[in-house]
Amino acid sequence: MDDNILEMRSITKTFPGVKALEDVTLSVRRGEIHAICGENGAGKSTLMKVLSGVYPAGQYDGEIVLDGRVSTFGGIRDSEHAGIVIIHQELALVPYLSIAENIFLGSEKRGRFGLIDWNLANAEAGRLLREVGLDESPVTPVGTLGVGKQQLVEIAKALSKDVKLLILDEPTAALNDTDSAHLLGLIRGLRERGITSIIISHKLNEIVSIADHTTVIRDGRTVETLDMADPAVDVDRIIRGMVGRDLESYYPERESRPGEEVLRVEDWTVRHPTHDRLVVDSAGFDVRAGEVVGIAGLMGAGRTELAMSIFGRSYGNFVRGRIFLRGEEIRLRTVAEAIDAGIAYATEDRKRYGLNLIDDISRNVSGAALGKLSSRGFVDANEEAKAAEEYRTSMNIKAPTVKSIVGKLSGGNQQKVVLSKWLLTDPDVLILDEPTRGIDVGAKYEIYTIINRLVAAGKAVVVISSELPELLGICDRVFTLSAGRITGQLPVREATQERLMTLMTQEKELVG
Amino acid sequence: MTRTVGPSSQPEAESATSPKDVAPAVALHTGTSDLRALFTRNLRTSGIYIAFVAIVALFAVLTDGRSLSPGNITNVVLQYSYILILAIGMVMIIVAGHIDLSVGSVVALTGAVSAILVIQQGQPWWVGIVAALATGLLIGAWQGFWVAYVGIPAFIVTLAGMLLFRGLTLEVLGNISLSPFPSEYGRIASGFLNGLIGGNGYDAFTLLIFGIAVVGYAVSQYRTRVARLRYQQPVESFPLFVAKILAVAAVVMAFAWQLANARGLPIVLIILAVLIMVYGVVTRRTVFGRQVYAIGGNLAAATLSGVKVRAVNFWLFVNMGLLAAIAGIVFSSRSNGAQPSAGQMFELDAIAAAFIGGAAVTGGVGTVVGAMVGGLIMAVMTNGMTIMGVDQSVQSVVKGLVLLLAVAFDVYNKRRAGASR
Repeated sequence: MDDNILEMRSITKTFPGVKALEDVTLSVRRGEIHAICGENGAGKSTLMKVLSGVYPAGQYDGEIVLDGRVSTFGGIRDSEHAGIVIIHQELALVPYLSIAENIFLGSEKRGRFGLIDWNLANAEAGRLLREVGLDESPVTPVGTLGVGKQQLVEIAKALSKDVKLLILDEPTAALNDTDSAHLLGLIRGLRERGITSIIISHKLNEIVSIADHTTVIRDGRTVETLDMADPAVDVDRIIRGMVGRDLESYYPERESRPGEEVLRVEDWTVRHPTHDRLVVDSAGFDVRAGEVVGIAGLMGAGRTELAMSIFGRSYGNFVRGRIFLRGEEIRLRTVAEAIDAGIAYATEDRKRYGLNLIDDISRNVSGAALGKLSSRGFVDANEEAKAAEEYRTSMNIKAPTVKSIVGKLSGGNQQKVVLSKWLLTDPDVLILDEPTRGIDVGAKYEIYTIINRLVAAGKAVVVISSELPELLGICDRVFTLSAGRITGQLPVREATQERLMTLMTQEKELVG
Repeated sequence: MTRTVGPSSQPEAESATSPKDVAPAVALHTGTSDLRALFTRNLRTSGIYIAFVAIVALFAVLTDGRSLSPGNITNVVLQYSYILILAIGMVMIIVAGHIDLSVGSVVALTGAVSAILVIQQGQPWWVGIVAALATGLLIGAWQGFWVAYVGIPAFIVTLAGMLLFRGLTLEVLGNISLSPFPSEYGRIASGFLNGLIGGNGYDAFTLLIFGIAVVGYAVSQYRTRVARLRYQQPVESFPLFVAKILAVAAVVMAFAWQLANARGLPIVLIILAVLIMVYGVVTRRTVFGRQVYAIGGNLAAATLSGVKVRAVNFWLFVNMGLLAAIAGIVFSSRSNGAQPSAGQMFELDAIAAAFIGGAAVTGGVGTVVGAMVGGLIMAVMTNGMTIMGVDQSVQSVVKGLVLLLAVAFDVYNKRRAGASR
């Protein structure tokens, strides 16, 4: 027991209405690489935020024992002081500052009169850069570096703080293979120097190759901690732990009667808007009338990017690809063209991309279909209110009137407003990105019912979801996406959570 | 289904909007709960009217009623018309999340172009007007291009425009003032429609025009109400509806009476009224207006809803250029010439009017009528203080504080609304 650098005991963290973590236990040995695995939303990030003081002591139950002492962190500064450094998936670097300035941001090297001693800072930064194997000058602006090198700067920054416990959240998600290999090598090197690392990753092959122990989290609870030295522990063994969830939510019955093909996407390839990296790579899928097709993929697999780039090129740089609507090739260069063609995309992030939160239900519902509700450029406010009222009733949006402000509705009701908005455009194809994220079980069931009603009316529905039971519960077919590529397609009766997860974690070289 | 009469015990937000309870929405609300709803539903929009009335009353008392005299009311209209015209365009720009710092310079340049043609080259007065409008449109297209299609923040584009168009004004005027305009041109800002049908010590024509306007307002309100009822939309109770129309009619006719007792109906007031009506409709009723609010409310969501954000932003600035040209014509007409320093600080008055009138700094919120009231609050304060003989320096301090407090009130309201979520 004494060789444990960290023990998190019975951690429970509740958000209004949701238990994000329940009685989670985590033991990390001194000097090891400890991996944490789990599906999207299992609670990994929340656990790390508790550990690093983002959620300060008092906001959670349970105790954190660091180096044998019970620790309470009031904020990130406290945890950093104790030697815990977290490197988030979205890097926290200032692009216009130099490497050295970034490394010492907040802990500047002071010289005489309290002024910053840049010679000392740059020399120190140079030493740290050599340690992490980054061949760049300390005065180079961080924004000119690639993501892989920026990651190394983050690690150098962590080393400058005398880190004892380094937490890396999805460190290789945005990296190419060479950069990933270098980074993993570096983490091994840190282990030899006695630095303990916790790695959160969806790339199970990496975990198998690098981790000493792996803790699996599912639905906010610790499932098990696996000893990676045991030869019986392989990728499949980890997957079994991750997906061993019961199909506890129930799904409304639906008779599946797919008709003609409505939408087919071929060879779809999209580059990241700022980095030279393919986010979607030669992906293709199809959906028929009266059919629900699922797209399964882990965080960073390119699901949203695939959907948004199809929807009028609203994400990234188009490289190549073809879209067929009812057998005829079409080009969708703007969102307006996509809407006119009968495609609707309901975003995964309704607050940022879906709704005008300061406006009312009726104006949000009419937002994408003003053309229909107007003549010669004038909106018919009464027709608009009537349409909104119809959806308020049929979707069971719980608000006193259609003049209620959308920002004050619950997540489930906001989602219904988003769906109403897109149904009003009368689309043939609906792409629903995480349609049940962050809403309660009752509202989820209602959303499923609405989806069933849509396919019964002959619409084609594409559902992107992180929840495998959900995809298995409502889809006819499921495509799996990994690193921007489609790695498989299964009819739902042949699909199991294990088979899907295996395909979702398949990496490039294995696809072949 | 009926509701109990008297103050309701439900939370205010609930009682403000609950047609579900009263569906079909025949007006079964009681007068009292409706009145309160009118005020509490949106303190931000009703607060501005209350503040306006209070300020008008305050200065009426402080100046022994001189601020409400026929001559002075006419003066306020003439003096602030061009600021109000600018504020119409400015509030739309602000709703979309931009700002325009160049309008003062554009007022100067369009006035200068007009003066060059009419005064220096002896062209007819209408040529000056057409040229000024064309100049305004061109300037709007220039700024719209940089903001919408190149993606440079409006703050920078219009800051550059402020310097650019001021410089061009000096250039075309050769750094001297031009005056005077022919009398036809002068009538735009200083002309009156007067004595057309006589009147005993007052101008009957002015009263007639205002009478027609009030009746027109009442009829259109009634038709809107009938249409809303047909669509089962909530409306206020009939007595309150009538009371509201009567109150508006009384205020407007009192205003008309004062004008009629002075010099009659100012032509510039007709221009202003037409613009307010047109842009009131544009912002509330048209697809374009909706898209402006959608862009300001959530740019990303608007883009993903198929709004052609670039085109909307471009036309917004073209529109601002047009309105700045109209203001430029009115101002040059009123000052009877063109000066190199014309229109300085106008942009700040127009921006202040929009914000005092309830526009949100973050975009997405604001109305033309609100901006007009905001502009009038500034106008009444400046005018009142001038009558009282308050120093220019003190006036500036007071106006600055009013602007600050108005926006602070807005921010406070928003935070409170956010906390109750």
